[in-house]
Amino acid sequence: MSEVAELAGVFGQLSLVSVGGINAVLPELKRQVVERHGWMSAADFAALYALAQAAPGPNMLVSTLIGWHVAGIAGALAATGALVGPCAVLTFLVAGAWHRFRDRPWRLLVQAGLMPVTAGLVVAAAIVLSEATAISAGHAGLTAVAAALLAATRLHPLWVLGAGAALGAAGVL
Amino acid sequence: MKKEAKIFIRSDSGPTAGELFRGFLSIGIIGFGGVLPWARRMVVEQRRWLTAGEFTDLLGLCQFLPGPNIVNFAVALGSRFRGAPGAVAAVAGLISLPMVAVVALGSLYAAFSDHPVVARAAAGLAAAASGLVVATALKIASPLRGKPMGIAIALVVMLAIAWGHVPLLPAMLVLAPASILLHRLVR
Repeated sequence: MSEVAELAGVFGQLSLVSVGGINAVLPELKRQVVERHGWMSAADFAALYALAQAAPGPNMLVSTLIGWHVAGIAGALAATGALVGPCAVLTFLVAGAWHRFRDRPWRLLVQAGLMPVTAGLVVAAAIVLSEATAISAGHAGLTAVAAALLAATRLHPLWVLGAGAALGAAGVL
Repeated sequence: MKKEAKIFIRSDSGPTAGELFRGFLSIGIIGFGGVLPWARRMVVEQRRWLTAGEFTDLLGLCQFLPGPNIVNFAVALGSRFRGAPGAVAAVAGLISLPMVAVVALGSLYAAFSDHPVVARAAAGLAAAASGLVVATALKIASPLRGKPMGIAIALVVMLAIAWGHVPLLPAMLVLAPASILLHRLVR
């Protein structure tokens, strides 16, 4: 199978299970991209993810970067399209019905049941990504300080990302 | 007569497909660190396509469905006003320019990643981005405070994915229904 088709397969599958957004499926994305297909190293994966965070636009554009890294423009379009397409069709179909059923008990029950699952997925993603980027004690410390700052204050994330890049470039980590 | 009246109301209230495209284009490219705050500003405060309450309700749906929340939001909003063409226009506006920007940034990184200063900056950036994900995870998990069962389920999911290396699809197919069932039994 060509890499473009494999990219579409990987991201198409993620599209329909990524309840809570792309961050929730980061561990699975890393497992597929780094371990299963061997498209890049864990460090490259973390760097591409960081670039997608630092760039304007939705964080799901890490799919564009991974696709582009693996198979150029065709890969970028295939990965992004496969990630966006299935969930967009599902949202299109469900949007009307969801509005009609907004007060039904089963809807509230599903919402309550999915919440801890989403939380667990996102925490797992944070652990997996932090392990990949903690290449030294200094880098691990930076992650901890950045997390504390962003959780406790309303500081714009871009300042923290920029400070991380500057500290890294200066060689103090 | 009735049908004509409906068409009149639809074309007169809410944005056209072109307006949807331009609206989402304007927030995609300035949405550093996430698009959602900008989406609310544009949709509720500036263009008044939705009230604050309508916005929150629609966002609730988009967080519940799989997929990137902001993409789902563009689909739901676009389709509410203009059907399938509206949904396509909104999503195209949202991701087209950021796709170009992110590939340009990736090209720069690929061209200079062998340079030691660039490599060190990228490693620092990646470590800080991990901190951003940790902070977001804490915010998403914070409503679980005081809910022992929810915390237990979240821990099981976390251990299975982060350390058990269980593939996501089978894990979700087992854990999501189990969680819903547990919530039903406890209530």
